[in-house]
Amino acid sequence: MKRTNEPIFWSLFGAGGVLSALLGPILILITGIVVPTGTGLPPDAMAYPRVLALAQSWCGKAALLAVISLFLWHAMHRIYHSLHDLGIHAGAGAAAVCYGIALVATLATAYLLLIIGF
Amino acid sequence: MSATKPYVRPMAGWWRRNPFFMRYMAREASAVFLAIYAVTLLVGVFRLSQGKAVYDAWLAALTSPLSIVFHLVALLAVCYHAYTWWKVMPKTLPMLHIGGRRIPETTLSAVGWAAWLAASVIVYALVRGL
Repeated sequence: MKRTNEPIFWSLFGAGGVLSALLGPILILITGIVVPTGTGLPPDAMAYPRVLALAQSWCGKAALLAVISLFLWHAMHRIYHSLHDLGIHAGAGAAAVCYGIALVATLATAYLLLIIGF
Repeated sequence: MSATKPYVRPMAGWWRRNPFFMRYMAREASAVFLAIYAVTLLVGVFRLSQGKAVYDAWLAALTSPLSIVFHLVALLAVCYHAYTWWKVMPKTLPMLHIGGRRIPETTLSAVGWAAWLAASVIVYALVRGL
């Protein structure tokens, strides 16, 4: 039987699916709606010193990397497989673009968290 | 080479013909909003690495009406993703038994939905309290 790399991508899809099914809605609500409109949370909830401290802690770095990276591995896998449903016969090029976006975002996030320091 | 063109079944709009397919496509479309949201956070981390003034400009951009509308739609889309994720989850598991009886799928989904609620409350409390 021919070996495929599908289990790797499916595992990342699954991990991102679980994480976004637990945390996706509340994170969107907090960072995109509650904090910008100033309702329901202290005004400094996402202020620079606080978010910098988060990004400089090991826990915070792990959380930010997991959320950004796994959300994208999940979403890009789903988008890649949905191309077929839209009548686009996706080949290796489409896979490279979809998974490439997730990979580049993962590396970029890791690099940024590294240069933000400890 | 054949002179006749091969018949290619048209794909346009197939999913609009059946509510089941429409729900399926809505679920798949949620990935687009999740991806844009993740990129928004990535830009935030990038702005954070550039210092306070730049980060504050990113925060200000989040208050624009366009951003608020996007996040409202993304919230609905990702809620639908979360709902369907836990609804389907029992079908991806091997059959689980307690005391010789199979655990019903609805019970397993309910555990997932409860975990979603608990995680949301914990994250909100962390952001509020820390």
